[in-house]
Amino acid sequence: MLLAIDTSAGTSVAVVDRDRGVIVEAGESDTRRHAEVIGELIELCLRQSGVTVSDLSAVAAGMGPGPFTGLRVGIAAANTFALGAGKPVVRVVSHDAIAFGHYAAGGEGPLLVVTDARRREVYWSTWQGADEFGLPQRSQGPALAKPDDLPAAVTDYANYRRLDATEVSAGSLGMLAEGLFQQGREFAGSQALYLRSPDVTVPNAPKRVS
Amino acid sequence: MSEEPLVLGIETSCDETGIGIVRGTTLLANVIASSMEEHARFGGVVPEIAARAHLEALTPAVTAALAEAGVTLQQLDAIAVTSGPGLAGALMVGVGAAKALAVALDRPIYAINHLVGHVGADVLRTPDAASESPLAYPTIALLVSGGHTSLLLVRDLVSDVELLGETIDDAAGEAFDKVARLLGLPYPGGPQIDRVAASGDPKAIRFPRGLTLPKDLEKHRYDFSFSGLKTAVARYTEQRTDAGEPIPIADVAASFREAVVDVLLTKAIAACLDHGIPRLLLGGGVVANARVREVAAERCAAAGIELRIPPLSLCTDNGAMIAAIASQLIMAGHAPSTLAFGADSTLPVTVIQA
Ligand SMILES: [Zn+2]
Repeated sequence: MLLAIDTSAGTSVAVVDRDRGVIVEAGESDTRRHAEVIGELIELCLRQSGVTVSDLSAVAAGMGPGPFTGLRVGIAAANTFALGAGKPVVRVVSHDAIAFGHYAAGGEGPLLVVTDARRREVYWSTWQGADEFGLPQRSQGPALAKPDDLPAAVTDYANYRRLDATEVSAGSLGMLAEGLFQQGREFAGSQALYLRSPDVTVPNAPKRVS
Repeated sequence: MSEEPLVLGIETSCDETGIGIVRGTTLLANVIASSMEEHARFGGVVPEIAARAHLEALTPAVTAALAEAGVTLQQLDAIAVTSGPGLAGALMVGVGAAKALAVALDRPIYAINHLVGHVGADVLRTPDAASESPLAYPTIALLVSGGHTSLLLVRDLVSDVELLGETIDDAAGEAFDKVARLLGLPYPGGPQIDRVAASGDPKAIRFPRGLTLPKDLEKHRYDFSFSGLKTAVARYTEQRTDAGEPIPIADVAASFREAVVDVLLTKAIAACLDHGIPRLLLGGGVVANARVREVAAERCAAAGIELRIPPLSLCTDNGAMIAAIASQLIMAGHAPSTLAFGADSTLPVTVIQA
């Protein structure tokens, strides 16, 4: 069983089990309240699922891409929850969770997922489809682009079914993590997927005041 | 819970990831991971860089603090975290991490005011210096750092803190950074100015003391302003440069530092005298400045005021001071915070616990 946390869009928390599926999922779609709701959502999922901390085998963290401030809240929470629980963290690309949910619900074929990156930009990824275990096969991305540049940025743009997503389901993320583990696939790296450097410039010489 | 609670404190309001562990008023661990060097070439703290660094540093710092204290997570009685004031994105990392840790361990959580935390640093004792006299109340507290310049009246650490005044523009530490840049000195400016000023004449140039004129004092008796001072330094260096004269860097640094220290201590001592409170506590990173400590000692002695300065490692931002306030709250019977609090970048000092 896994506790899954994703804050790459809104805040989504779930308790999932390889055999039982998504036991409980709870979320808040407001993209400015991650820090407020994260603790209550974790507590609620544990209480409603009747799953104790020691029942869990790991904590699954959505690593983005996602706007920075919110994304970090979920990763930080997954890290310290895992530390407190004495369990490992497994990391998953949040876009893969969207694709996993799409294919699990019967979707087929090439898929393009687009999510909001703020500052008039979007994050995007593509998949050719899902494999025999339902695991999405990512072919491009995740990457960052201006919305108008997408047709040029995505190779074979016209071949993809486009899905503009506003939410990432921690239930999907957790079930994907279960599948990746079961099939011995690689998880995501430990770095948050910001896909953008901090927005700073080296200052010029001080301006004259007189 | 035992009488002396074992508390882990998490502080991420600016550029230091601070994890502290205290038992009652005894300091067991104070681990600080700073991202200061990453900000150096930008001449000041870059919020996004600070927040990214917090995420990387937090879990290793918790593990290091547990090792330093020789305790396990399961032994903790409570989790404490800075909920404000500070940089919003940086605060959120700590708040998210603290909540998840509290839920995983099934322990109460205390959301603590950062500024009150600076005052709380004074109650901490190392295990071998446990007999020192505790802070008496009421006290005036002067908190000065790169992020804040505040004058507080503390009647009770866990229930009654009043803001007397604060900076209306730059924090004093920020003014040090900006003037250091004007003089071609690296970031952070405080230690650089301190070093250069040692060989300078503090009376060489009479720089302005912000908000000390009678008309300003009516409205801003305990407030500070450093932007006029910074501009005066800039104007002075420009005039010298325009005239083709060298800038006497040591004298400028010493005179600037004297202006900052003078106004800080003049207002702090006035607050003590006005309120009949013979106690002054200093806190914040600027306490590292030798001249601040020197002038504070002189003027407090002259005015019959008891001066308290916690060790420097507890004056700069740290998690131990946050744990210390939570520990005081617990021992005073205060209930924990609910899990619903957020990061509040402008949390007023009157809100000791969010
Ligand atoms: Zn501070």
